[in-house]
Amino acid sequence: MSAAPSPRVRPAAFPANWVARGALLALVLYTVYATSILAITWERFAKGLDNGARFLGRMFPPNMAADKLALIADGMVESIQIAILATFFGVLLSLPLGLMAARNLAPGWLSWSARALIAVLRSFHPVIVAILFVKSVGFGALAGVLALIISSMGFVSKLFAEIVEEMNPKQVEAVRATGASFFNVLIMAVAPQVMARFIGLSVYQLDSNLRNSTMVGIVGGGGIGAALFTAYQRFDYDVVLTILIIIIAIIMLMELVSARVRRVFQ
Amino acid sequence: MSAPASTGAQRTWQRFTPTERVARSMVYIVTAVAVVWSARTVEVIPEFLYDAPEQTADLFKRMWPFDWGFYPKVVHETLIETFHIATLGTILAIVLALPLSFLAARNFTSNPFLNILAQFIFVSSRSVNSLIWALLFVAVFGPGALSGVMSIAFRSIGFIGKLFGEALEEAQTGPIEALTATGAPRSMILVKGYWPQVEPAFWSVALLRWDINIRESAVLGLVGAGGIGVALDAALNNLYWDQVGLILAVIFAVVVVTEIVTSAIRSRII
Repeated sequence: MSAAPSPRVRPAAFPANWVARGALLALVLYTVYATSILAITWERFAKGLDNGARFLGRMFPPNMAADKLALIADGMVESIQIAILATFFGVLLSLPLGLMAARNLAPGWLSWSARALIAVLRSFHPVIVAILFVKSVGFGALAGVLALIISSMGFVSKLFAEIVEEMNPKQVEAVRATGASFFNVLIMAVAPQVMARFIGLSVYQLDSNLRNSTMVGIVGGGGIGAALFTAYQRFDYDVVLTILIIIIAIIMLMELVSARVRRVFQ
Repeated sequence: MSAPASTGAQRTWQRFTPTERVARSMVYIVTAVAVVWSARTVEVIPEFLYDAPEQTADLFKRMWPFDWGFYPKVVHETLIETFHIATLGTILAIVLALPLSFLAARNFTSNPFLNILAQFIFVSSRSVNSLIWALLFVAVFGPGALSGVMSIAFRSIGFIGKLFGEALEEAQTGPIEALTATGAPRSMILVKGYWPQVEPAFWSVALLRWDINIRESAVLGLVGAGGIGVALDAALNNLYWDQVGLILAVIFAVVVVTEIVTSAIRSRII
């Protein structure tokens, strides 16, 4: 059974990746460190689970009283309206902003300033923007609409600029070679290439605005969030559950619809 | 492409089939109706609008100059807390979402019931906003960072799980079949067959979510879930707009730094 000593050592089929293991260890250490910094203890967590059981007990069964449902329906309709308006105006304003930010169409100074503007629009959470608008235009749906217009513009124009930058330059050159004006180039060469994806983006933004419109009400921006927050503060957890179920149902429905709409434009 | 039979002298070419045209027009019409309906019925209180420009000017006048002394007192500590909430929440979300995304991927788990269950968990997680998750967790765990971490994690499960599950479904079958043919156990197929293929997607999804979570964790404090939002909420309630201005500037700076860091990491490892 004495095998001849092999002249070469065969490399392991799957060598150990020490860098990855080290990074994983660092991540574990960080997790331990951060939990201790945030004073997250097992005790507190276990106590929370007790609380959670009681909380869930008070949520069930969901409150389906007619007066509550009417209130919820009002709030939900307002949330949907906020989402529709914010998407419409946000997308409309994103068209020029995205074109200005695209480096293959706009001159350097313009695309840089448009990019800086988009970065500013994107950096604040819609709730913070909503707080500022509640201060300047008062409580109600308008503050929510304006806040979501800002966040829609940030998202849609950033991705729209990327789409425009990825398009095929040949068609633009061909149309330009005919002596077309800049506006004609946009209509005849740019739009046909990017419109389908732009509409997909807008539909996605409608989804995302609907999610966010349920939230701006917490700070006074109108919609279902206000009803949710009131119910929460009054410890009517069964109403909270009803509202959550309705929100989830409507958002799921919206996802199905938007998937259909995107398919129409593909 | 619908064209009448080429018997006639004139063939008219059209870009879309009649069904496509009808579908498109329907979408346009529904959009127009929805926008008009919303604009007409949404409640706007005109009295509030008259002084909006003055109110806005007033807002910025009160914010400037910032209350710089507030930074070392309160803001710095809550900022660090925000960072930890976002990061820990992202880690927890990854730990919870990875097994679920393997259940959701139809090529890895062939049981349709488990696929749909995992999808349902993802959709529920994504439909509830992080601020609303925070409300729920504050009721369960009380105010503080623990609620913040949990709400960030629960909101992120759906996002990470959905995108990572889709990446898994796009994995090529060649290496998987090769491993299966050698008699490798399922765990090894996962580690050596799937993981190398989806690793870039995994890191890009994790980084993207971490970036988003930094933004989101800044507002969780508004409902008591810890972080810089607590300081923001206190300043807003006390109408200390100079402190509000400082906090907003700090959040802006952090978001910009995060974006620079994530894009640097992304270009290096992906």
